[in-house]
Amino acid sequence: MKVILGGLAQPATSLANNTGTWRNYIPVFLQKTCTGCTMCAIVCPEGCVYSVEKRKFTFDAKYCKGCGMCAAECPVDDIEMVMEEK
Amino acid sequence: MEKHLFLAGHTACYGCGEALGARLVVDAAGPNIITTDATGCLEVFSSRWPQSAWAVPFIHSLFENSAAVASGVEAALKALGRQGEAKVIAQGGDGGTADIGLQCLSGMFERGHDILYVCYDNEAYMNTGVQRSGLTPYDSDTRTSPFGKVSWGNRYLKKDMPAIAAAHGVPYIATASVAYPKDVQAKVKKALSITGPKYIQVHVPCPLGWKSDPALTIKVAKLAVETGLYPIFEMENGVVTKVRKIPRPAKPVGEYLKLQGRFAHLFKKGGGEGEVKKIQQIADENIKKYGLLSEAAEKVAVEAEKE
Repeated sequence: MKVILGGLAQPATSLANNTGTWRNYIPVFLQKTCTGCTMCAIVCPEGCVYSVEKRKFTFDAKYCKGCGMCAAECPVDDIEMVMEEK
Repeated sequence: MEKHLFLAGHTACYGCGEALGARLVVDAAGPNIITTDATGCLEVFSSRWPQSAWAVPFIHSLFENSAAVASGVEAALKALGRQGEAKVIAQGGDGGTADIGLQCLSGMFERGHDILYVCYDNEAYMNTGVQRSGLTPYDSDTRTSPFGKVSWGNRYLKKDMPAIAAAHGVPYIATASVAYPKDVQAKVKKALSITGPKYIQVHVPCPLGWKSDPALTIKVAKLAVETGLYPIFEMENGVVTKVRKIPRPAKPVGEYLKLQGRFAHLFKKGGGEGEVKKIQQIADENIKKYGLLSEAAEKVAVEAEKE
């Protein structure tokens, strides 16, 4: 690997990091009472929650660190955090 | 996944308010920006060599010179006659802004560069293990302001950065909180439409340093606003033009303090009630100074639902 003076990194390369391995709890998107408010997608610090349909959200397990912010902020409690068994 | 300009795979702690804040800011600003950053959490977790979480140009130089590097970028764009092609956003944590980077920031304001400076205020030097900064709140327990037999934690008040910026004649100054993501993004968009130096201070909870539950990051941030401890306002040409009203009656500061380990000593050590009262006084002064209380409680509830 060639080292450049000062250090140069290509954009958007952090996607290679598998930060999902940090997780203890995993969100479960129940997809029952979802109103499509997008709060879970907005507050996710990883930006890894996304919608598949209008009132159906899911997350990317490769990056989700399991902080539980999506579940805490869901106004209709449609997201549950459960202990993940690995 | 949805398309963001600040990407997953960054190594921030879970529940990080700063990671959320940075994503909100760059997503609102759009792809035609050049960003700089002071040393701090944001730089460490977003640009772990040889990787970068940024999908936009990003420069980190030193702790103190985020504003100076941005000034150079802006001047270079001007010299090349390409100033219309990209907006410049300088970023920094609270230490890199209010303490270490203050003179470079002052220079940027003084010279009137067309730059948006965003300060992510997590209220201490978190990256190096929670030392107090100029923006650490009163009585907060940090490594360099520990509580003990005679100490209640940080003995100084938060520096009034918006007032310092206003004293430089900065045309647009705003405070915001990640608890209100759309407000953060609207303020970034508005700031970028104004020519000249701009300053936005975003309140970003740090579960590690504040010793709060990572899942409650948004709740904690919201309580800081609703108690009056973190007034959200816009200041244009030195005059406060817009204030985020809080429901009447304002929540007692205890509700906010109890969620955080950095204030836990106020509720354990004898005589802590007096200190909580002092913090309540700070909140009351903010409420009075900015006129934070709403006319009617219902009106705010309706507005909050709309967001």
